[in-house]
Amino acid sequence: MTEIAERLYYGFFYLPTGIYALIVSVLVALCSSLLGVTLVLKRFSFIGDGLSHVAFGAMAVAAVVGLTNQMFIAMPVTIICAVLLLKAGGRAKIRGDASVALISVGALAVGYLLMNLFPSSASGSISADVCSTLFGSYALVTLTGAEVWLCVVLSVVAITLFILFYNKIFAVTFDENFAVATGIKANLYNLITAILIAVVIVLAMRLVGSLLISALIIFPAISAMRVFKTFKSVTLCSAILSVICTAFGVLLSVVIDTPVGPTIVCVDIIVFFAFWLIGSLKGGKAK
Amino acid sequence: MALLTCKNLSVGYDGVAVASGISFSLFSGDYLAVIGENGAGKTTVMKTVLGLIKQISGEIETGDGLKRNEIGYLPQQTAVQRDFPASVWEVVLSGRLSKIGLRPFYDKEEKRLAEDMLEELNIAHLKKRPYHELSGGQQQRVLLARALLATRKVLLLDEPVAGLDPIVTTEMYETIENLNKKGTSVIMITHDIAAAKKYANKILYIGANVFFGSKEEFIKSSDGKIFGSAGRNKK
Repeated sequence: MTEIAERLYYGFFYLPTGIYALIVSVLVALCSSLLGVTLVLKRFSFIGDGLSHVAFGAMAVAAVVGLTNQMFIAMPVTIICAVLLLKAGGRAKIRGDASVALISVGALAVGYLLMNLFPSSASGSISADVCSTLFGSYALVTLTGAEVWLCVVLSVVAITLFILFYNKIFAVTFDENFAVATGIKANLYNLITAILIAVVIVLAMRLVGSLLISALIIFPAISAMRVFKTFKSVTLCSAILSVICTAFGVLLSVVIDTPVGPTIVCVDIIVFFAFWLIGSLKGGKAK
Repeated sequence: MALLTCKNLSVGYDGVAVASGISFSLFSGDYLAVIGENGAGKTTVMKTVLGLIKQISGEIETGDGLKRNEIGYLPQQTAVQRDFPASVWEVVLSGRLSKIGLRPFYDKEEKRLAEDMLEELNIAHLKKRPYHELSGGQQQRVLLARALLATRKVLLLDEPVAGLDPIVTTEMYETIENLNKKGTSVIMITHDIAAAKKYANKILYIGANVFFGSKEEFIKSSDGKIFGSAGRNKK
């Protein structure tokens, strides 16, 4: 017991970076779970996956160009792709799922190629670079004060927008035709959703890496939907689950010395099975 | 003056017309039944009227103080997802959304209106139930409540009784008839010719020919005979 406490203290709470990492993780988890509910219900789960690969490609380009803060390239590129993908979803010549696959695989390949052609001078090892971009860094992310503030501000903006537009997001997600027919600007809310998703993905990239972002977005929503049946309760449960799982995952990774991203995702998976079990027991009783 | 007038409307997707030459007008208090075979473009016409898709040619005009977004809409049942987590209360309240503008949440007055609507349609006891666990007839009532909260002027129903059992079907028709008597103009897309003849005062037939006129004119016309007998043969 004391050993765990010591590990947590020296590996984590001793330095401000540990606290920063925890704050950022929790905020990112909160944002992604809120959006996850809408994405899952709109059958857009795969868009998160596609966009995270786009972010990977953009990060690679930023690294090659030698930008210190890679977010400045990754953020706009991902936002543009998110908007294009959500627009294409309905009526494009190339079907929505196919265009996501095209863009995501394309970005992944180009990103990896660039990293090989122009190895960054800092780390020297390409596979380490790629690995940490895909699966998140092995140790806790070391963030500077400015990065933490950027994350905090963007997360707070995302959460505020979600709360302000909660009722509109519900209506557009539940029945877009009805919303449009009664004069709701569904396209505007779809656009806001797309931008929020892109922002969350770029933020989450540092935490869990681009391959595992989808897990952060989808697992809490799916778990919550096993047990809860109203939009409000699913949203709340998803947010709470995501925050708890992520915080627990971060601390656990320090104690048992595992990579942060996959640890969080494993906690999410375990919780999913627990909720799935509760859901089927509950459903069985009702019948 | 007519609430809604369509002149020589041609509708479809990506410039390809599904139905054309459609003209009709809806006056206050009308009960218009839209009939025609599967694939004749009934739903496409109505989506165009609602402004969900653009017409290829022709005109849609509203009058008598009606705005385009003041048409309540009851979609075909398949349009709403099966496993969507939403309570009856959340669904019904969302009918009020277009009225709250930039305000993020519903106020007491809007919630009271929604409560009254649940009472009026006899679904107050379902308020907290998840929408997707309800029976077909109950779901239709919930969607009807939502549409009526959006507007009481014009109600557009797309096959409101599809998949419902006979008793619930009759109840649904009676509910719609009552609403019509209270002053809501109704446009109903249906396969049920008998119901169209029983409840509607005007009929729009979309098919090889387009017919629009009163119910009596329709019964006399050739389309009426052809369609009426085809309907009977099926049963």
